[in-house]
Amino acid sequence: MWSFFHKLGSPPWLYGISGSILRWLLPLTLLALVTGLVWGLLFTAPDFRQGNSYRIIYIHVPAAVVALAGYYVMAIAGAINLIWKMKMADVAMKAAAPIGAALTFIALLTGAIWGKPTWGTWWVWDARITSMLILLFLYLGVVALYEAYDNKEAAGKACAVLSLVGTVNIPIIYKSVDWWYSLHQPASIKFTGESSIDPSMLYPLLLMITAFYALFTCCLLMNMRAELLQREARTNWVRKLALAGGRG
Amino acid sequence: MYFQSLDALLHMDGHGVFVWSAYLITSAVIALILVAPGRRRRRFLRQLAGEVKRQQAAAGDTRGGD
Repeated sequence: MWSFFHKLGSPPWLYGISGSILRWLLPLTLLALVTGLVWGLLFTAPDFRQGNSYRIIYIHVPAAVVALAGYYVMAIAGAINLIWKMKMADVAMKAAAPIGAALTFIALLTGAIWGKPTWGTWWVWDARITSMLILLFLYLGVVALYEAYDNKEAAGKACAVLSLVGTVNIPIIYKSVDWWYSLHQPASIKFTGESSIDPSMLYPLLLMITAFYALFTCCLLMNMRAELLQREARTNWVRKLALAGGRG
Repeated sequence: MYFQSLDALLHMDGHGVFVWSAYLITSAVIALILVAPGRRRRRFLRQLAGEVKRQQAAAGDTRGGD
């Protein structure tokens, strides 16, 4: 157990293992994404009330779900960095922020595009949508804060504090559709009890959610690898790797 | 397949513009976050390789000058 944590703190080991994970995870992710997209776009029947515009949920819901999950990853990594000063946690946190921002952007944008034909408006200042916008600003804030500091350690601490304070927003996003009267519909998929969505629509949606989780994992690992090399630029293993043209 | 023709698929009863633009923009963003880290890593390794080679050459010169 402890040797695992010890290895986790070793950059060359992490670089190697993430490379071998990506070799099979990346093709699987792309396959799942393409399968889910084609399934949702071509092989499902339209919603009886929303018509074809509902097909946007196959990207909107997965992006929103994983954008929230990504925030946990970022905040927990930030906490680990603050408490145990684990460098790899800082690397993970910095790697998670831009991916989370991209996914939140996708969720907001596809929500707006879906809102136009369905609600008749691109945007409303409603609890769910506003709290998602705050999530986007939190992610972008972490990205910007890292760039603002020259001292990497200070940057890591400041970003960890920002992301931990920002976790207040997460339960607000989850509960916003129940707490406030909102245009946004409540959750259709439930872990307990009957889901209010037909299985023919549920299965491609679940596939897409899984694919987006895998996408997040791939991007996180790839960002971490790039960041690791830059932080370890002075070490022998990175220099050898550079001379070998990245293979080794 | 649900749609009868390519035209029906593109048009989607008037929702085609919304659905397709949402899918296209999402695909572009996903492509970006998938490609960017690899490019950053490879560019960095190329730069570092150049730097290491220059340092080695410089070290070789000083040894030769002794």
